[in-house]
Amino acid sequence: MYSRAYKSAVAVPPLAWMALFLLAPYALLFAYSFWQVAGGEIVRRWSLANYAQLFHNPMYLDVLLRSMRIAGAVTALALLLGYPLAYYLSFRSAKKELLYQLVIVPLWVSYLVRAYAWKTILGSDGVLNTLLQYLHLTRHPVEFLLYSPFAVVLTLTHIYTPFVFLPIYAALEHIPRPLVEASGDLGASPARTFWKVILPLSLPGVLAGATFAFVLSLGDFLAPLLLGGPGGVMISNVVVSLFGAAYDWPLGAAISLVMLALVVGLLTLVQRAERRLSFTA
Amino acid sequence: MTRLATSSAALPATSPAAPAASAGPLLALRHVAKRFGSAQVLDEISLDVAQGEFLTILGASGSGKTTLLRLVAGFEQPDGGEIWMAGERLDGLPPYRRRVNTVFQHYALFPHLSVFENVAYGLRVGKAPRTEIAGRVREALAMVKMADFATRAPRQLSGGQQQRVALARALVNRPQLLLLDEPLSALDAALRREMQTELKSLQREVGIAFLFVTHDQDEAMALSDRIALLHAGRLEQVATPREIYQRPATAYTAQFVGQTNLLRVCVERGRARWGALSWRYGPRDASGAAASSNPPRGEVTVTFSLRPENIRLLGSSSVGAPGATGSAETTGSGPAGELADEGERVRFIAIVRRQVFGGSTDWLELECPDGATLLARIPSRGILAGACEFEFRSTDAVPVRPDS
Repeated sequence: MYSRAYKSAVAVPPLAWMALFLLAPYALLFAYSFWQVAGGEIVRRWSLANYAQLFHNPMYLDVLLRSMRIAGAVTALALLLGYPLAYYLSFRSAKKELLYQLVIVPLWVSYLVRAYAWKTILGSDGVLNTLLQYLHLTRHPVEFLLYSPFAVVLTLTHIYTPFVFLPIYAALEHIPRPLVEASGDLGASPARTFWKVILPLSLPGVLAGATFAFVLSLGDFLAPLLLGGPGGVMISNVVVSLFGAAYDWPLGAAISLVMLALVVGLLTLVQRAERRLSFTA
Repeated sequence: MTRLATSSAALPATSPAAPAASAGPLLALRHVAKRFGSAQVLDEISLDVAQGEFLTILGASGSGKTTLLRLVAGFEQPDGGEIWMAGERLDGLPPYRRRVNTVFQHYALFPHLSVFENVAYGLRVGKAPRTEIAGRVREALAMVKMADFATRAPRQLSGGQQQRVALARALVNRPQLLLLDEPLSALDAALRREMQTELKSLQREVGIAFLFVTHDQDEAMALSDRIALLHAGRLEQVATPREIYQRPATAYTAQFVGQTNLLRVCVERGRARWGALSWRYGPRDASGAAASSNPPRGEVTVTFSLRPENIRLLGSSSVGAPGATGSAETTGSGPAGELADEGERVRFIAIVRRQVFGGSTDWLELECPDGATLLARIPSRGILAGACEFEFRSTDAVPVRPDS
């Protein structure tokens, strides 16, 4: 219906955009990662020194591992909160549309605002500490609540639980109800039906949600910046400072590319797993 | 093939209710009612299912038949009445505590399990010993001719194959009662007929009672020991297929099962009058639903059901003037005794308005002397034209209770 010339012509603008604003920057980043900094200037001397530094300098490795631990904790907690919520809405709720909206609504509030809200809650003069002291559970403000990995995990869990909820809810809604009835009909209690039928069939949704939460938490920048303190620095903060005050663009580029490779590798594995775990149309 | 029902692990032969269970019905519904919102879907349903019986619940869409099945399965709870099975009160129990299994309309096979695991599901839940499971699963699969498909996944099977696996999955647990929710509706006509035959012989083989739901009256008549016709939440009639067809209790039954002509007939002083036709009809002819308590004087309107195949063609050449009113004659055919048993032959002349070829039979739309229309079914013979003579036996006109 459309001529080949037309189809090629129409494809040019988006391809050009992608090339200019996506591929070109990546290529540049790639190039930078092999260069060096000497005397406060970027020198185009090609070497693998940056990558070596990333793996041999314990500081960078520590931050990377800590970021992965935090991302892992956020994912686990978001799943623990998100799955039961999704299950309740899908199978046990009479007002699921209304409750669904309630879960989505917090996403309308800006990330920054929510992160600041947690600052207010967790600070030494914050709501939580005041309450604890008022109830005489503590005598002095609890310090680790704010400016710590704890605060980062808490905030990120709060932010990413709806993102974990959504694909799990969709997967659960997709499970044909006759399957649940058939399981009961064959003698399985509701608990057994859950473990043997519902959970296995919801795994693609769980995987999607978990991946989402993990990847986004891993690269998160604002939460550690506002609430992390020195102990909560994550890899994105390091990269930002390398491109900023610390002025080592090549190293920053190298770290970025390592992160990129990590995430792409993870997504590839997840994609394969999802294909094998997907049974319902 | 062994009778599954006689397995040692199956029936509660040692339960205290056993004597009553073997003597009385297997399943008893007493005044069962169900409401969805303001709609009364089931109203005062009382029904018995005997041991080893093939009972079909027949009804149009919305008649409540699937709801009734779901109440027995446990997926819904009744708003009124009781459900008993083998001396045990069933309503109130969740599905996983009932000795009933269901075959679903769209099979509901577990997509993440193999055919073997699907069939083994109920056995694993019941914690049967592992060695026993494999044997019983293979036995069940062999019974539905799916023995070679044990390792396949459900999505690799056709509809008919999935249906068989669903059947095996239900039967392997040796339930006392098997519920089937329109299991053949999703199959094409040829496969459906094949499965009907297999289902019937399977039921005879295992000796388990089947409670079968369908809207297809041909299917119901082919398979059932008894049919329960459901209409707007109430049972119109519960009888054998032959009885339901030949002696329908209500106008609805007569029209739903097979085709019929419904005649509003005036009965007075021992004679039934319909248009220009009349025949002898008295209190001793009355049976069943239309037996009126009115004394045989005064005029009474009775609805009769006359099946098209009971109208016979006598002569195809024009008899009498076209359009002329035919005369109904009562023939004293044979000895007087014959009249009492077989009724009168009611003859009339009618014009064939339409003739539809139906393979072995023809459907005729007849215009009767006074303008009324009758549907007749005759063995196929050439094209008919104009006025012909027909007859039916007065006893073939069955009185039915009219729809209120």
